[in-house]
Amino acid sequence: MTATVTQPLPGGDTVPTRRRRAGRWTFDRISFLVVFLGVPLAIYLVLVVSPFVQAVYYSMTDWTGFSPTQNFVGLANFEKVFTDDIFLKSMRNNIVLAILLPIVTITLSFALASLLTVGGTMKGQTRGLKGSGFYRTVSFFPYVIPAIVIAIMWQQIYDPSNGLLNGILVALGFDMFESFPWLGDERTAMAATIFVIVWSMVGFYMVLFVAAIKDIPAEIFEAARIDGAGRFRIATTITMPLIRDNVQTAWIYLGILALDAFVYMAGLNPGGGPNNSTLVMAQQLFTTAFTKGQFGLACAMGVVLAAVTLLFAALVFGVNRLLGGKDAR
Amino acid sequence: MTTLTRERAGTDSTDERQQQSSGGEKAFLSVTHAVLVFWSIIVIGPMLWTLMTSFKSTREIFASPFSLPDGLHLENYANAWTDAGIGKYFLNTVLVVGSALVLVMVLGAMCAYVLARFEFPGSKAVYYLMLAGLTFPVFLAIVPLFFTLRNLGLLNTLPGLSLTYVAFALPFTVFFLFAFFKTLPYEISEAASLDGAGEWATFFLVMLPMARNGFASVAIFNFLGLWNQFLIPVAINTNVDNYVLSQGMAYFASQAGYAVDFGALFAAVVITVTPVLIVYIIFQRQLQGSVSQGTMK
Repeated sequence: MTATVTQPLPGGDTVPTRRRRAGRWTFDRISFLVVFLGVPLAIYLVLVVSPFVQAVYYSMTDWTGFSPTQNFVGLANFEKVFTDDIFLKSMRNNIVLAILLPIVTITLSFALASLLTVGGTMKGQTRGLKGSGFYRTVSFFPYVIPAIVIAIMWQQIYDPSNGLLNGILVALGFDMFESFPWLGDERTAMAATIFVIVWSMVGFYMVLFVAAIKDIPAEIFEAARIDGAGRFRIATTITMPLIRDNVQTAWIYLGILALDAFVYMAGLNPGGGPNNSTLVMAQQLFTTAFTKGQFGLACAMGVVLAAVTLLFAALVFGVNRLLGGKDAR
Repeated sequence: MTTLTRERAGTDSTDERQQQSSGGEKAFLSVTHAVLVFWSIIVIGPMLWTLMTSFKSTREIFASPFSLPDGLHLENYANAWTDAGIGKYFLNTVLVVGSALVLVMVLGAMCAYVLARFEFPGSKAVYYLMLAGLTFPVFLAIVPLFFTLRNLGLLNTLPGLSLTYVAFALPFTVFFLFAFFKTLPYEISEAASLDGAGEWATFFLVMLPMARNGFASVAIFNFLGLWNQFLIPVAINTNVDNYVLSQGMAYFASQAGYAVDFGALFAAVVITVTPVLIVYIIFQRQLQGSVSQGTMK
């Protein structure tokens, strides 16, 4: 540990940067660097980096955690993972989530952000909407609520007999929903779940997009308007391309969230939903590890999860580049 | 810009099409507001409903989702706080998140400062190592982490949980404070050292106070992130007495199906949300402001 810190120092001595008092490796400075870099790095290496590396190794063993020995089994765990129908189902659910969640969230938050910024009057200068601060503050709030609490709250709202949703629907005259189990019916469980995640995320991305749109010079909107472009046209052909980097960031963050989604599922449907319709990889991993004790297999699932996540990020970057976006920011 | 457009709006050259569409303008504006109000209701409605329901007795909750409480059933809060253990979980959360927050901010600032202001072989490598920690899903690490903590004797302990929080919040903290320290002028630290301040004094007395704006934003985001953390405690903090709020809530909710104290469940939700609501109201300008800085790398 200390080696990584002290070793480079003599080397740094010979190539001093202009800005530094060259080569004065006093006790003061050395102790400073060792403590300042060493302590955080030690914690980070032990609790973050080493578990990541170990996970990759354990994924190729038949480790059950409590036996002192473990056998190297090569890729057998991965074979098991990819032939396990339940895991494949959970993976499919994750992929559905990773496609739908960003589309719905980004569309909705972009639409709301556009309304708040250029949705005001078309005359004269680009003006935000009256009361936009209020709308922003309200929409952003769910983002700061613990996800598990959001999930529990919505579990109660979706409750077949005492929930708010069915209460409203019945009051509106839709009696067939009197005790409809939104989370207990295979047809609606996933959609209901996606809605909850969208609900909690829209405000954050709306605020992000509003900030990005405000950075666009007003002259551009002005020019488009003089040329006779309508609001929808401006939003889709001018605003959207100009904030594409923010949209890319949103895709990646939301995709990573969708490929995890553990918290929401744990609150809404801890058991994986009707016929495993909302089961996600993370839940499967958790059960495999901490209920069944198959740690090697669970690590293999973790590796698959990480691989899918990185693949997703690469895909988003790739598509954005293909569509002509800036890259290598 | 403003004067220019105002002038134009006032003169005869105002576009005819624009004048004609003035009726449409108004219609569009009202539609816009209607959409936004509708969305605001969707956001606030469920929360107000939860708040209202938290004052109802379980019998009332079963009777109708809309009925107003027949009195303030504050015993829901008492039950949640003591019987359901929310009070205990609350205290645990304050201890764990509080200590982790202080530690991660201090350690993160130190690490970011060294990486941003000193160049030495390997400094880039350390920086990228930190970045990697932001990229990989925590799930990959969770199983070995469990055994690492067990070997250290920290499994199922509050200090162990706190330290793990520090480790996993570190990359984010370093990453953003790095940017702040990078922008601070070098002349000032040079002046400090000419005045005889050592590296330690320069950092604590000069550089850290100068970075306080960035420091505050990162601290708020860390507070929210750690307060809301769920997966890490669920995996490595399995002793009920040491539960933090998020996992305590999940535990309570999974039991409520049988014990049926729904009033207390809603009260527990309100208790859990209140601290973040307060932080949000105080810092919401700062939070919203840093969203755009924070997500653009």
